Amino acid sequence: MSGFSFRVDKSPFNQHQVEVLNQLLATLSPDQVIWLSGYLAGMQGSAVGGNLGQVAVSSASSPASGTPIVTAIEREVTILFGSQTGNAERLAGEMKKQLEEAGFSVTLSCMSEFRTNNLKKIKQLLILVSTYGEGDPPDKAVLFHEFLQGKRAPRLEGVRFSILSLGDQLYDQFCKTGQDFDARLEELGAKRIHPRVDCDVDFDEPAKAWMNGVLNALSSEGVAPAKTGEGGEVIERIAAGVVSAGATSGAAIAAQTVAAPAFTRTNPFTAEVLENFNLNGRGSEKETRHLKLAIEGSGLCFEPGDSLGIYPHNDPQLVDEVLSTLGWNGDETIPVGKQELPLREALIRHYEITLLSKQLLTQAASFAQGGLQNLVQADANEKLKAYTRGRDLLDLVRDFSIKGIPPREFVPLLRKLPARLYSIASSFRANSGEVDLCIAALRYQAHNRDRLGTCSVHCAERVESGDYLQVFVHSNPNFRQPADPDAPIIMVGPGTGVAPFRAFVEDREESGAGGKSWLFFGDRHFRTDFLYQVEWLRWLKLGMLTRLEVAFSRDQGAKVYVQHRMLEKSRELFGWLQDGAHFYVCGSINPMAADVHAALVNIVEREGGKSKEEAEAYVAGLREQGRYQRDVY
Amino acid sequence: MPDRTKQQPAQKPAEQENIKTDSNFLRGTILQSFDNRITASVSEGNNFLLKFHGTYMQDNRDIRDERSRQRLEPAFDFMIRIRAAGGVVTPQQWLQLDALAHKYANGEIRLTTRQSFQFHGVLKWNLRQTIHDINLTLLDTLAACGDVNRNVMCNPNPYPSEVHGEVHEWSKRLSLHLAPRTGAYREIWMGEQAVVPPLQDEEPMYGPTYLPRKFKIAIAVPPSNDVDVLAHDMGLIAIVEGGRLIGFNVSAGGGFGMTHGDTATFPNLGWILGFCRPEQILDVAEKILTTQRDFGDRSNRKHARLKYTILDRGVEWFKDELQHRLGWRLEPERPFHFEHHGDRYGWVEETNGKWHLTLFIENGRIRDWEDYPLMTGLRTIAQSHDGDFRLTANQNLILGNISQENRPRIEQLVQSYKLGDNQRVSALRRNAMACVSLPTCGLAMAESERYLPSLITKLESLLAEAGLADDEIVIRMTGCPNGCARPYLAEIGFVGKALGKYNLYLGADFTGMRMNRLYRENIGEEEILAALKPIILRYAQERQPGEHFGDFVVRKGLDPNRLSTGFADNCGAGVPPAQEVVVEQLSGYRSGIEG
Repeated sequence: MSGFSFRVDKSPFNQHQVEVLNQLLATLSPDQVIWLSGYLAGMQGSAVGGNLGQVAVSSASSPASGTPIVTAIEREVTILFGSQTGNAERLAGEMKKQLEEAGFSVTLSCMSEFRTNNLKKIKQLLILVSTYGEGDPPDKAVLFHEFLQGKRAPRLEGVRFSILSLGDQLYDQFCKTGQDFDARLEELGAKRIHPRVDCDVDFDEPAKAWMNGVLNALSSEGVAPAKTGEGGEVIERIAAGVVSAGATSGAAIAAQTVAAPAFTRTNPFTAEVLENFNLNGRGSEKETRHLKLAIEGSGLCFEPGDSLGIYPHNDPQLVDEVLSTLGWNGDETIPVGKQELPLREALIRHYEITLLSKQLLTQAASFAQGGLQNLVQADANEKLKAYTRGRDLLDLVRDFSIKGIPPREFVPLLRKLPARLYSIASSFRANSGEVDLCIAALRYQAHNRDRLGTCSVHCAERVESGDYLQVFVHSNPNFRQPADPDAPIIMVGPGTGVAPFRAFVEDREESGAGGKSWLFFGDRHFRTDFLYQVEWLRWLKLGMLTRLEVAFSRDQGAKVYVQHRMLEKSRELFGWLQDGAHFYVCGSINPMAADVHAALVNIVEREGGKSKEEAEAYVAGLREQGRYQRDVY
Repeated sequence: MPDRTKQQPAQKPAEQENIKTDSNFLRGTILQSFDNRITASVSEGNNFLLKFHGTYMQDNRDIRDERSRQRLEPAFDFMIRIRAAGGVVTPQQWLQLDALAHKYANGEIRLTTRQSFQFHGVLKWNLRQTIHDINLTLLDTLAACGDVNRNVMCNPNPYPSEVHGEVHEWSKRLSLHLAPRTGAYREIWMGEQAVVPPLQDEEPMYGPTYLPRKFKIAIAVPPSNDVDVLAHDMGLIAIVEGGRLIGFNVSAGGGFGMTHGDTATFPNLGWILGFCRPEQILDVAEKILTTQRDFGDRSNRKHARLKYTILDRGVEWFKDELQHRLGWRLEPERPFHFEHHGDRYGWVEETNGKWHLTLFIENGRIRDWEDYPLMTGLRTIAQSHDGDFRLTANQNLILGNISQENRPRIEQLVQSYKLGDNQRVSALRRNAMACVSLPTCGLAMAESERYLPSLITKLESLLAEAGLADDEIVIRMTGCPNGCARPYLAEIGFVGKALGKYNLYLGADFTGMRMNRLYRENIGEEEILAALKPIILRYAQERQPGEHFGDFVVRKGLDPNRLSTGFADNCGAGVPPAQEVVVEQLSGYRSGIEG
């Protein structure tokens, strides 16, 4: 057991005890360590201060079982993740791998699968959690977040923790969930191992820095465990007793890590566009593009429910207006990463110019007229929020007469142009060489100017078949078909929210999954906006889709949405849930997903003869069982 | 019902016969199909049954491919045909139809070649309400299509006959007498409760399988043959003596449907069987209809019209059967004389001092054009009109029964909405007619209504060149050979063969009593103009005084090789010689070119 040693400053023992213990430990075999740790742990509850002399005589007996160990516990790390789109989960898997390589024993669990009465037993806790919407925790983090914030949360003195929070600068409540956990754990008496790191959408670098920080902190605190394979095994075996739920997720993550494709978010694949057409019939107020990309030979693979990330280009016209407003010459080169690029190209391909963050405004204030400085005052937050809403870089430089600043000083303030994620609308199982996307072109008026969605309009207007897009697969383990192919599924996907369900049903056609399926689709007009209508009708006819309800909001006086159709069919819908159906929602978070949620609770209340609280508990139960999954944005 | 041996079909009945049998008197599952929200279509069977209710499904064929690529079903919607016997409606009804066209259809009204109104573009979800509301106007759609007696046509123009009012009354009585009796119509569209238990015999005249095919009746009042009286399954020619209606010559066996390349199908003019008194026509019509009900071909719908029933057995057999069923004999046909089959435009005064104004409506299409606010103009007129609206058999419109006092106001409105401007169009255009065809008609093979106006413009300059700008020549075009615009009675007829390609027919007379013959096959616009130019130039130089174009063509026997290939020869190849002889013997009006 060389390498195992206690230090006075990192343990509760005095100098003498440390010497004796270290002397003894050096002589122990792995089996003896196990025995001893189990023994001591077993003693804790009943015979505190028990006689060590008994150890020798009962050397043949097994260590007390079923209870956590004491000596190994400091080498144990529990990682909890709360993930909406899968990023936090993926990073958690990565953290686990690194810790294990460093010899730690890791328990990895989704927050929804974590039993809160185990909290007190944890010594080292790492939390990776995202924030979405207006400061909301991910679906699967809601209950844990609630529990920890509430009165039932235990005191956590002796727990040490660190938080990695994921978010998006553009939202006012940036990384709020991670901040909540950070503040609350401290309040409950826990101590930080490493300061919290808040990541913007471009999270790779800061997340890596956090992981390194955590690893260093843990290792340097004298709990660095043996790095031998033997020792690692021991700890793993011991730790297995503590792991309750979450084993499946861990395994899934591990498998994914092993099979990680060569092309990733940071090394995207260049995919040829095979098809790109409008799904909306003529006369429609909307434009929804169907894109088919070639990924043959890329090694990219995906499950129904996964997303594809696309690195878009900015609208060259908008870039030119920004350039001329700033008085810049687009040919001038600037450094982008390790290369020098012409300014115009850099702005088109590498920087976010259509969205404004508080950070940018704050930094830009030094270049601008007084108005902007007033806006970024600490007490002007609401005003700042109101200003950034619906405005872009061109507004900023125009409104505050930002001019004559060298690009090399200003451009670095801009955020890197992040990839946009779109639910994949096709099944890898059915067609591994292609990936289909369903993208609504976003066009609207704000502040007296036409505004265009960066990626959606890039795809709608500037990408033709034969062109290429930079893409990567973004796994979404929180949006998965039931493991049991015979389990019924209910899918609610209005608008482009229907995309993953096209993948689901196409996949079921291929796999022959026998479970019933029920789709709720909605859009504005039946005639022009019934996305993939012919395909749904075919699947219905063939039995791949069992039922289809549609709601077209603007075909009649009163607006009708998917939740109204759910309520119309409440009895059958509840019957499906009772039969074990999994319930999926994809599409806009507000108001659609909220309305659908309310309708779901309402249906359970009405058809299940339950009180509102009971119905909510029922729905929360569905969520915990993974039978209520959402991919909402 | 006479106890005569009915000829049961030896062959397997057509699929549609089973649909009728199983439909429980036209109910089918029509009502349930309205609840299906995931398609704007109805099943083939229900669509077939809906025809009897006056509506059927179409789709915009212009965008069929485009939508298919977009993963959208075809742009299905419904055409609704509104029946008005003799084509007469009140101003109030006009206003109601106008409002419904805007509320549920595509904002246009079509006047058909059979004096009906058509709405296009009605969505399935609005179908029930639309037909319900049409019934509230006291018009209906029952039997506007389907294997039943359709809208009864009748000369709507009083001039110069004093008996048109009486004749119109007879058309209404005929229409009522031959209407289906099923409760399905009121149950589906008016929400009436079904009778429990169901009636055993809901259709005493039709029976549960109705007719083998459509059945059409038209009444002509000489000297106008605007309805093309012999083109219908049954025709009635009013006989007036001393200013009094004394009865009708009765014809049977007309019908224009045919199929390209199927020589067993052809257009046919009816045979005049004899004469009957006015009060006998309901009986005669019923017995003609039931004879067809019992003997018509129920296995092959392309051979199911009355014309084939008669041709297969001979006119004498048919007359015997009819008279046997009647229990009395028709009198010999009375002499009559037709002068034209087009419309006479402008103002005419009726004997009772009321005025009538016939307006030219190109291809029967009522909508607002940029410089020609036709629909708005007619709506405004309807708001102060004290007479009626009459649809002509040539897709035109008569503002009828205008009082002397109201006439200046109507005249002023006609002027301010430029409704009279269209009356200054060429004689050629005023005498032209085209069916709806693309994009909505499922049968269309070529453009018709959207194309004919531009072709006429080119023909106008041809005629002007020949110095014939004011001459009337009847031109008709259809997008398929089924003959909705009665192209086989046009002096120049075009029948669509493929996109941009037409069969050219020449040589019908000016009164709708002689069919034309195939002159050139499958030709495009350039060839059409090249083919017609020399004939028109010769017509200008060589015609006799008052000689019409069709008569001239026949007299000259222009290009005999071409002109000899008429319908009779067309069908010769596939029809046994004996039958062909029968055809030649029996068909007084059948052979296209006399002499």
